Amino acid sequence: MTTASVTIDPAAPTRAPRKTKSDRRGMRSPYPSWFYIPAGVLYLIFFALPTFSSFYFALTRWTLFSQTFIGFGNFVQFFQTPALTQGFVNTFIYGFVTSAAKVVLGLALALLLTGATFGRGYLRAVVFFPVLVSTVGVGLTFKALLDPFHGVVNQVLGFFHLPQPGWYTDPHLALLTVAGVDIWKGVGIATLIFMAGIVAIPSEYFEAARVDGAGSWNVFRNITLPLVRPAMATVIILSLIGGLRSFDLIWAMTNGGPGFSSDVIASVIYKQYQAGFFGLSTAGNVILFLVVTAIMLPVQWLLNRREADL
Amino acid sequence: MTVTRAITTAPRGERGVLHPPRRPMTARRFARKYLIGIIAILVSIVVFLVPFIFILLQAAKDPKDAGLMGFDLPTTWQFWQNLVEVIQTNSYQVLAAFINSFILTIASVAIMVVFSAMCGYLLHRRRTKLNPLVNFLVLAGLIVPPAVVPTIWVLQGLGIFDTLPGMILVEATLGPSFSILLFRAFVATIPRELDEAAIIDGAGPMRLFFQVILPLLRPVLITVIVVQAVAVFNDFTGPLYFLPSSSNPTVQLTLYNFQSQAVSQYNLLFMNILLITIPPLIMYIFFNRQIVAGMTSGAVKG
Amino acid sequence: MKLSPMRRAAAATAAIAAVALALTGCSGFGSTGSNSGSKVTITFLTQNDAPTRTQSKALIEAFEKKYPDVTVKLDTQPPGTQGDNLMKTKLSTKTMDNVFHYNSGSLFQALNPKTSMVDLSGESWVKDLDKNFKQVVSVDGKVYGAPLGTSSAGGILYNKKIYQQLGLSIPTTWDEFIANSNKIKTADPNVTPILQSFGDTWTSQLLVLGDFANINKQDPNWATDYTENKNGAKYVNQPAFEGFQHTAQIVPAGLVNKDYASMTNAQAMDALANGTAAQYPMLTGSMATVQQNEPDKINDIGVFAIPSPDAQYTSLTLWEPNALYISSTTSGDKLKASKEFVAFANSPQGCEIQNKTGAAAGPYSTSACSLPSDAPAFTKDVQKYIDDDKASPALEFKSPIKGPNLETILIAVASGSTSAQVGAQQYDQDVKAQAQQLGIKGW
Repeated sequence: MTTASVTIDPAAPTRAPRKTKSDRRGMRSPYPSWFYIPAGVLYLIFFALPTFSSFYFALTRWTLFSQTFIGFGNFVQFFQTPALTQGFVNTFIYGFVTSAAKVVLGLALALLLTGATFGRGYLRAVVFFPVLVSTVGVGLTFKALLDPFHGVVNQVLGFFHLPQPGWYTDPHLALLTVAGVDIWKGVGIATLIFMAGIVAIPSEYFEAARVDGAGSWNVFRNITLPLVRPAMATVIILSLIGGLRSFDLIWAMTNGGPGFSSDVIASVIYKQYQAGFFGLSTAGNVILFLVVTAIMLPVQWLLNRREADL
Repeated sequence: MTVTRAITTAPRGERGVLHPPRRPMTARRFARKYLIGIIAILVSIVVFLVPFIFILLQAAKDPKDAGLMGFDLPTTWQFWQNLVEVIQTNSYQVLAAFINSFILTIASVAIMVVFSAMCGYLLHRRRTKLNPLVNFLVLAGLIVPPAVVPTIWVLQGLGIFDTLPGMILVEATLGPSFSILLFRAFVATIPRELDEAAIIDGAGPMRLFFQVILPLLRPVLITVIVVQAVAVFNDFTGPLYFLPSSSNPTVQLTLYNFQSQAVSQYNLLFMNILLITIPPLIMYIFFNRQIVAGMTSGAVKG
Repeated sequence: MKLSPMRRAAAATAAIAAVALALTGCSGFGSTGSNSGSKVTITFLTQNDAPTRTQSKALIEAFEKKYPDVTVKLDTQPPGTQGDNLMKTKLSTKTMDNVFHYNSGSLFQALNPKTSMVDLSGESWVKDLDKNFKQVVSVDGKVYGAPLGTSSAGGILYNKKIYQQLGLSIPTTWDEFIANSNKIKTADPNVTPILQSFGDTWTSQLLVLGDFANINKQDPNWATDYTENKNGAKYVNQPAFEGFQHTAQIVPAGLVNKDYASMTNAQAMDALANGTAAQYPMLTGSMATVQQNEPDKINDIGVFAIPSPDAQYTSLTLWEPNALYISSTTSGDKLKASKEFVAFANSPQGCEIQNKTGAAAGPYSTSACSLPSDAPAFTKDVQKYIDDDKASPALEFKSPIKGPNLETILIAVASGSTSAQVGAQQYDQDVKAQAQQLGIKGW
């Protein structure tokens, strides 16, 4: 028979007793749930509450102080008025055109700016700067540059005997012109995100490809493009959301004109608000919400089929 | 309410670098590097720099020249004169607007950054059943367009419609979604061991967050602060809806309204645009590298 | 930028201080003033275009001299559709200035005067008001506004010299007008027969709104029928439809300037004064530009009424001047001072300032003020139509309903994107929406 004895080694660190679940709750946890509360309160009052009540107010004729319930009257009116339906269509065009352009141009620029190109530092600075400039300022500047009769752009075109379109005075061109300025302003961020994505690709992949004798195009198609997918997903999502909701630039450049040709849902919302049709304006908001959600959910699902760190 | 915001999504790969490893220079690669570079520089000057040069030139012209909107040097340089005139218009409205914009930006960014850091941090560190809900709400905040007129209704109910505090709170609500995602991604790079070490040292949750975690978040903190500050400063739609009276204009509103006033004074209009471009320009010059670093730091271990 | 705990605490304190500062009375800069000592300070809101501001400042200066213990603080906002909503919002959130300057007529009605403005029927200047003007600032017989500025007319401004050179006479029917325009075009291809200036979107409305006097002459009940949604008084039917037809007609006929889509009102006035254009459907109020830029040419421009298809109906459409109103949130000393300010505007001194700083666009709407003897020639043209009883206030002064999208619809019609028929239908729908929003019976 032996006597078991436990020797306590004084040098060993005393382990703190294992925390039980009850200990972890409440303030004793180093990650208290109340950290959510400040942001949560703001979110609730200034975002959730308006969004939920918008569904109600969209069904009324509203003057901010009194409302009369009119059911779907606002929505009927929205889709009956040709001006408003035009805005609806334009929103899609604007959103997808700007998004697609930003993806393509952003990727191209990112490739250029992460490769061995002369003047890369300068180019990076210059491409990104428009992102930081005031949208109203950009809109007004381009309005002057693109003035059909006095603007620099058309004067240069005239010098080369090229056609000088009415950039924002031609109803067929106005929306696309604004989209173009939007792309000018926003391509910098797309480029930046793509750059981050490209740079995250471990260089071993590239080296392995070179060793295998792959040319630039193959490297791009088989290594860069697939591995840049998370960044591309981000760019698509962000630029699409932004494009569908866009208002500032359109308002600063054309006010939705000429006529209704460059109206989008966001500017329609504002115009209805300006005219005091609050119920109709809120209905426009609901429609915008549905449109954006209806587009973004499938897009996100499609893009996130492969795991992405969003 | 901004148009696009950037977020890093670099997969947690291994160390990637901004400069690719050197490869032997062949004639073809030489041509590529320099030729493409030079073409790119030339194109960039035309596409990206011309508009800004145009702003500068217009801001220095006299009203007649500016009305012609040509891309030529002014016949008479009145840069300083225009500057003074713009600032003095409407009893220094532009100055008042700048002060309003700064107050708005500083206050809302301060609130935003602290709140969203707290959320992003908690989202990563503490996995509870609340997480999917919070994730969903954050995404909703990004996607869902704010319902403006109901927000006006809420602000009015609280008595802060058309006031700066009201605007500050609205900006502080609509900004965080993006920052939370950034913070969450970055907090992931801070090892939990640090947390545990601090806890053993007796740190409570507040001390843990503010004294241990927050300093380590510095790179992404700068990125978030700069990006959000620029976004709030440049916000036009928000003040248009929520600060409609002229007693508290921000610089964007002042610029927009200046159009109808400066109908025959394009030089003043562009001087105004120039003035508004300066604060973001300053931020950019100082923080350019940090912004890029913050974006790509998800891939580079801090 | 080190974010050490100390620095961060300092930054946080600064941020909190900023917020605190904003939350206390010093909220933002440029907020409305408060009483300082025994002086009363009132606030006055007007539009931010240069002539309006100049006039306002002159009025304030003279007023403050006469009433030294009152200070008037000037606030401005954009004119046009943007300003319309700002007005409504400020009134409904009770943040309106003590005195404010705004349109009369249907825009005035849309502000809900009974609850938002002070009844001024007892003021001394009310008896001097022209009866047409009284109607457009009254609700239920109570007067709420005092006129500021002259009335104006909406017709065709024309360059008399060109007319003389080509031996043209003033057209009394629309066909004659087109014939004149064609003659101008053939005589000199460099002279624009008819100007359009959609760089300022509101200018697209003249051919429709300026046609109202003709409609009114033909059917004096039209305005009432239109308001009550009766008897087919709609723009898609004649006689109102002619305005849309006219708007659609002139661009395809090659009678309009090439840059009509971007030209501004000011540029158009300059062109008219300098003889590079012959005719311009516009309000006489725009003559202020000529007064400023080409004062020596101001008597070269005359005005005639937009012709009806039938000469017997051709009449000139008049616009009553804007007015000064007092918001119902004003009380006590401020109310007294505000009433004094409003009365001052049409006092002899005030009238003098109006003559000096305002551009005469027609006769005054109060007998208290009269045009100077050297008023431009076109004002006499306007007076003649009034004297011959061939004038009528515009529709917006006879009906509270005006659809907010008229200018945009008309731009689309003028540039050919929409036909006149479709445009008129769209506008009728717009009018319906507005009527329903205003809660008018019968819609």
